[in-house]
Amino acid sequence: MAAVANMPVSDLLKSFKLKTKQQELLIRVSILCLVYILAFITRLFSVLRYESMIHEFDPYFNYRTTLYLTQNGFYDFWNWFDYESWYPLGRIVGGTLYPGLMVTAALIYRILHFLRFAVHIREVCVLTAPFFASNTTLVAYFFGKEIWDTGAGLVAAILIAVCPGYISRSVAGSYDNEGVAIFALLFTFYLFVKAVNTGSLAWSLASAFGYFYMVSAWGGYVFIINLIPLYVLVLLITGRYSMRLYVAYNCMYVLGMLLAMQIRFVGFQHVQSGEHMAAMGVFFLMQVFYFLDWVKHMLSDTKLFQAFLRITVTCAVTVGTIALGLGMLSGYISPWTGRFYSLLDPTYAKDHIPIIASVSEHQPTAWSSFMFDFHILLFLFPAGLYFCFKRLSDATIFIVMYGLTSMYFAGVMVRLILVATPAVCLISAIAVSATVKNLTVLLRSKNKGVQTGSTKGSGSSKASSKALLDQSQPFQKNGAIALLFGAFYLLSKYATHCTWVTSEAYSSPSIVLAARGAHGSRVIFDDYREAYFWLRQNTPPDAKVMSWWDYGYQITAMGNRTVIVDNNTWNNTHIATVGRAMSSYEDEAIEIMRSLDVDYVLVVFGGVTGYSSDDINKFLWMVRIGGGVFPVIKEPDYLVNGEYRVDKGAAPKMLNCLMYKLCYYRFGEMLTEYGKPPGYDRARGVEIGNKDIKLEHLEEAFTTSNWIVRIYKVKPPNNRW
Amino acid sequence: MAISRYVLLVFTIAMLASTAISDPILTKVNRHVENPGPLIMSEVLLAFPELQSKNLAYLTASSHETKGKPKGSVVSLPIKAVNLDDRPSAATFYSVLLPKEVAAGESFTLDVLAVFTHALRPVPEQITQADIQLVLYRDSVYYLSPYEVKVQSLSVKLPDSKIESYTKLESTKVHGSEIKYGPYENLPPFSLSPITFHFESNLPFAVAQELVREIEISHWGNVQVTEHYKLIHGGAKSKGEFSRRDFQARPNDRGASAFSFLVAHLPARARSVYYRDLIGNISTSHLRVDSRKSELVIEPRYPMLGGWKTAFTIGYGLPLQDFLYESEENRFLNMTFGSPMIELVIDTLIVKVVLPEGSSGISAAAPFPIKQWQETKISHLDIGGRPVVVLEKTNVVPEHNQYFQVYYKFSGLSMLREPLMLISGFLFVFAACIGYMHADTSISKSSASYLAKQQWEEVQVLIQKVQNVINRCLAMHDNLEASLRDLSRTGDVQACKAARKSADGLLKELSKEMKPLLTSLQAYSSAAQILPKVEELVAKERELQEKVMLKHSTAVEGYERKSGARDIDHRVALLQQKITALKQEVDDLLQFIDDI
Repeated sequence: MAAVANMPVSDLLKSFKLKTKQQELLIRVSILCLVYILAFITRLFSVLRYESMIHEFDPYFNYRTTLYLTQNGFYDFWNWFDYESWYPLGRIVGGTLYPGLMVTAALIYRILHFLRFAVHIREVCVLTAPFFASNTTLVAYFFGKEIWDTGAGLVAAILIAVCPGYISRSVAGSYDNEGVAIFALLFTFYLFVKAVNTGSLAWSLASAFGYFYMVSAWGGYVFIINLIPLYVLVLLITGRYSMRLYVAYNCMYVLGMLLAMQIRFVGFQHVQSGEHMAAMGVFFLMQVFYFLDWVKHMLSDTKLFQAFLRITVTCAVTVGTIALGLGMLSGYISPWTGRFYSLLDPTYAKDHIPIIASVSEHQPTAWSSFMFDFHILLFLFPAGLYFCFKRLSDATIFIVMYGLTSMYFAGVMVRLILVATPAVCLISAIAVSATVKNLTVLLRSKNKGVQTGSTKGSGSSKASSKALLDQSQPFQKNGAIALLFGAFYLLSKYATHCTWVTSEAYSSPSIVLAARGAHGSRVIFDDYREAYFWLRQNTPPDAKVMSWWDYGYQITAMGNRTVIVDNNTWNNTHIATVGRAMSSYEDEAIEIMRSLDVDYVLVVFGGVTGYSSDDINKFLWMVRIGGGVFPVIKEPDYLVNGEYRVDKGAAPKMLNCLMYKLCYYRFGEMLTEYGKPPGYDRARGVEIGNKDIKLEHLEEAFTTSNWIVRIYKVKPPNNRW
Repeated sequence: MAISRYVLLVFTIAMLASTAISDPILTKVNRHVENPGPLIMSEVLLAFPELQSKNLAYLTASSHETKGKPKGSVVSLPIKAVNLDDRPSAATFYSVLLPKEVAAGESFTLDVLAVFTHALRPVPEQITQADIQLVLYRDSVYYLSPYEVKVQSLSVKLPDSKIESYTKLESTKVHGSEIKYGPYENLPPFSLSPITFHFESNLPFAVAQELVREIEISHWGNVQVTEHYKLIHGGAKSKGEFSRRDFQARPNDRGASAFSFLVAHLPARARSVYYRDLIGNISTSHLRVDSRKSELVIEPRYPMLGGWKTAFTIGYGLPLQDFLYESEENRFLNMTFGSPMIELVIDTLIVKVVLPEGSSGISAAAPFPIKQWQETKISHLDIGGRPVVVLEKTNVVPEHNQYFQVYYKFSGLSMLREPLMLISGFLFVFAACIGYMHADTSISKSSASYLAKQQWEEVQVLIQKVQNVINRCLAMHDNLEASLRDLSRTGDVQACKAARKSADGLLKELSKEMKPLLTSLQAYSSAAQILPKVEELVAKERELQEKVMLKHSTAVEGYERKSGARDIDHRVALLQQKITALKQEVDDLLQFIDDI
C-alpha cells in the first residue's frame, strides 16, 4: 500500500529536493502519524454517540481503584482493604489485582497535571485504552519491520489500528486491563524477538521489563511465559540454537521472573504454580544444552561425547521429573488452575466450574464472530503463514507460533480473540505487503524497461532483446494491475467493515441502552444509572445491597454502597449463597439475607423493555452455581421436561422463588404491548405464570422508569407483640 | 428608643400571603404610617417573632408617598437589624430608615416584603405514596409591632382551596383559597394571637441544601458558569413502598407530592449547556431558546418523592461582553447572585468567581450582607493558580436574584501568557528532540560496532560531498546546454565562448576538489563496498563532461563557419545520443549511491 501511495506523491516530494531515502522516511513517518491518529479517533465513536463514560462492568472497578489511587496515593492503594465489597468478608484490593492499568492511568494523570492540564481522572481513564491502542500500532510497525520489512510493518500498523478484534476491548471508556495489556503483550514479544535477533543484552533486559509491565497489567501474562519457552523449545528442536537465543531467553526469564514476583497478586506463584513450570523447565534445559555444547567442544571424541550425552540427558530428565513430582506431591507446586484447564480443554469449565462457564465471554467462539472480528484477515492469515514459511527465520518462526497458538485459544474462548488479533494482523500484513510488493516490482521493472527502450531508441540491439524478453509481460502487467486493484478493493472493504463494526457493535457502553423508537428516533434507557444514583442518594451509607455478582462493581462504583458479591469471583461459596437466596422461596431466602445483613436486593428485569440479558435469563446459572455448593438447590426443580419457562407451564418452584417474585412483582397488572394480555413479558415473549405475587419480607423500594432495575428493601422483622 | 412611645401608627396589613411557591412564605405588609406625635420620625421599627425571624430569608421595605405619586417610583429603603435592650428578647427588630422625616400628623405608606423559608411544616411528617401531603403554617393574626395599631386586617392566600383546618376567629371569611381576618382596631403594641393553617399542598418542595455556583471568567470571550446542586424534597417524607406501577398509572393520585422536573431560566445567550451528575450525563433535559431567554427544563434521574435527595451539576457558557464591563484598567463582572432555577430555596449558596490568573485589586459588592473570602484554584495552564472570590449566603430565595459585582484589575497582555506557555512547551519538546538526535548516547566509545558506525558516518559525509561535486558538474553541463540554445537563438558566438571559458575553469576546479575526496574515501575500509560505484560514477561523469564539451565546441565551430542549422544538428545528433545515455547512467548511479 505504501508503495502504491508512493508513486504520485514522489513527484511532489521531488520539488522539496529530498533524496529518495528522505522521501521514503517522510512518507513512512507521516503514514505512521496518520495511523496513530486514526487508531485513536476510530475508538471515539462511543464518546460521540453517548458520552465520556466508563463502560461495562470490570472497568467500573478499575475506575474506582484509580480514583482511590489518585486521591490517597500509592501506599494507601497498595494496602487498601475494601469493606464495600464481599460483605462481610471484604477484599484485600492491593493483593488481588493487577495494578498496571491503575498505575498507568494515575501516572498519565499526574503528568498531565504536572504539565498544567487540569483534566479529570475520568477523562484520563476513558481515553487510556485508545491511547494505548495507538501505541500498539507503533509497536506493530516495529514488530513487522523486525520480522519482515518496513512495508509489512506499515501494513501491520494500519491493520491493527482498525481491527475490530482489538477495538472491541479498547474503545474509549473501556477502561479494562486488556486495553493496556495488548500493548504490553506485543511490546514484550517485539523486544524478545529483537533480543533473539540481535543477541543483545540490552534488548533482552528491555523485554524483561516489558514482561514486568505485562504481568502488572493482566493475568494473560501466562500466555507469554508459556509461549516464549515453547518457542525456545521449537528453536532448539529445529537446530536453530544460538548464543543469541541463550542470552535473550536467560536474561529475560531470570529478570522477568524476579520482577514479576514483585507484583503481589503473582508473588511466589511465578515459581510455584504449574502454569509457570514450562518456563522454568526450558530454562534448565537451556543450561543443560549449553553445558553439553561446551563439553562437545572440549571433547574431541564423538563416541565419548555420545555416552556422556546419554548419561547427562537421563540424569537431567530424572532429576527434573523427581523434582516436579515431589513438588506436586508436597503441594509446593500448585496444580493448574481451572481457567488454565478450560483453555486446554474447552469442555472442562462446563462440567466443573459453572462460574467460569456462566460468563458469556468465556464461551467457545462462533465462526461468525471470527468473521466479524477479523474479516479479510481470516483469509490473509494462511497466506501470511505461507510467506513466513517461505522465508523462515527466528523471527518468522516466532510469529507463526504466536499466530497458531493464539488462534487456537481464540477458538476456545471468545475473549481471547483479542490476544490473537495482533498476531493475525502481523501475519496478514506480511501477506499483503509481500503480495503488493511483488506486484509493484513487476509493474515498475516493466515501466523502466519501456522507458529505457524508448530513450535509447529502437536502434539499440540491447533494448530489442529486452523487449523480446518482455513479450510475456503485457499479460502479466495487466494481471498485476488487476490483482493490485483487487487487493486495494479488499483492503478498503476491510476498512469500511471495521468502521461499521466499531460504530455499530463495539461502541455501546452497555450501561446506557439505546433503541430505535417507533419513528426512527433514538430512545435511551438510562435505567442502570437511575437506579445506582438512587441507591447512592437515598439509602443509608452503610446499606448492604444483594444482587447477582454481575452488578457488584457497578453498584460499588456508581452507587457507593456495600455489596455482597461482585465481579471479582474469588469466593465461589459466597456467590453460591447469593444464588441460593435468589432461587429459594421467600421465607427461606429471608433467613439467608438476614444472615448476610442484606438491606436491599437489586434485580435486573427486562420484561417491560425486551432487554434480554436480565436476571431471569441468567437465573439458571444462579441455580447451577448455588446448586454446586448447596445440594438443596436442584436444577431440575426449575425446569419442566428440561425446558426453562416462566409462563403458566413453569415449574412451581420457579414460579415462587425469590428471583421470580422480585422480577415480576406487580408486573401482572401491567400492559406492556398492545394486543397482548397484561403481564406479557417482552424479553421472553410469554405471559407470565404467576401474576398475583405477594411479598412478605421485602417491599419495593425503587423501580426505574423502564423497570430494568428493581430494588427491594428488606423489611425489619415484625414485632412479636 | 424613645421615639416610638410617642408614635401611633396605623397599620393596615393588607395581605399576608402564603403564595404559590413551595417552601418560602412571602408576607407582604402594607402599612399606612401616621405620625401623630410631637416628634419628627425618621425610622420605623419592624418586629418579627422568634418563630419567624430564624426563617427570615429576605426583607425589603419600600415606600410610596400617599400624595398621588405614580406607583412606579417605588424606592426600597435601607434596613438594618437593631438590638433593643428594653424590648422582649423573643422578637427580632429591624429598623427601616425613611427617605425623609415624617413630621407630626403626616402619614405615608410603607410596603414591607418579607420572605421566610422552612415555615411550612409537613404534618404528618411521613406519608405513603397514596397519601396527600398536608402542611401546617403558624402565624399570628395580629401583626407584631412595637407600635400601637389602629386598623389591621390579614388575608392568607393558600395554594389550594383544600383546607384541612384553620383557626376560626369571629371575623374570618373564606373565599376559595383565601382566608381573611379582621379588620381589627386599636391594638396595643406587641399583640399576638396565634393562628394555624393546615392545608393540602402538592407543590414541589425543592430545597437545595447546598448550591455551589462557580463563575469562571476567560478573557478569550467566555464566562463559564457551573452550578453544583444538592437537592432534597423538603416536604413530607415518603414511607413504605414506592410502586413504579402506581406512579406510572396514576401519577396525580399516587405520588402527587413528588416533583419530576425543574425549570431554570438561563440568560439569553447561554451556550453549550450541560446537565450531568457524578456518574455521567443525564439525558432527560430540554432547552428552549428564544431571543430573550433560554429555558432549561431538567428532570432528575428519578422522580423526587418526599425526603429523597439528588445531586447534579448544570453548566453553561455565556458571552463575556454581556457580563463584563471595563473602565481603563479596572474591570467588573456584573451577574445575578442566585440560582437560575425558579421556585428553589437554597439553604447555603456559595458563589465562586474565578478570575483569570494575574488579576489584582479584587473586591466584591452585593446588595445584601454576605460572607466573603478569597482562595485560589489551579486550572489549565496555571502556574500560581487563579484568584477566586467566594461569596457565601444562607437562606437564599429567588428574591435574592440581584446583581452583584466583582471588581478587579487585569492587563490585556496577561492573556498571551497561556498561548506563549504552550508555544514554548512545544519549542522545548522540539529542541529536546533535536538535542537527542545530535547527542552521542553510546556508552562504550571504543567498541567495534561503535567505531564502525562512526566510520560509516564519515564515509557518508564524504559520499555526500562527492555527490555534491557531481551535481555541480551536472549543473555546469546544463549551463553549457543553455548557452548553446542561446546561441541558436541569438547567434552570439562571443557570449557562448565566454560561457564555455568560465565553465572550463569551474569544471577544472571541481575535478581538483574531487581528487582528495576520492583518495580519502579509499582510506576507509567500510567504503570498499561503495567505492567502485563511486569511481564508476566519477568516470562516467568525466566521459559525459568530455562529450558535452565536444558537442559544445562542435556547435560553436559550426556557427563560426556559418554552416546551416541542419548540418550542425546532424553533426551533434550522434553526440547528443551518447550524452543522453550517459546522463541516464549517471542518474542511475547517483540514485544507487543514494539508496545505500
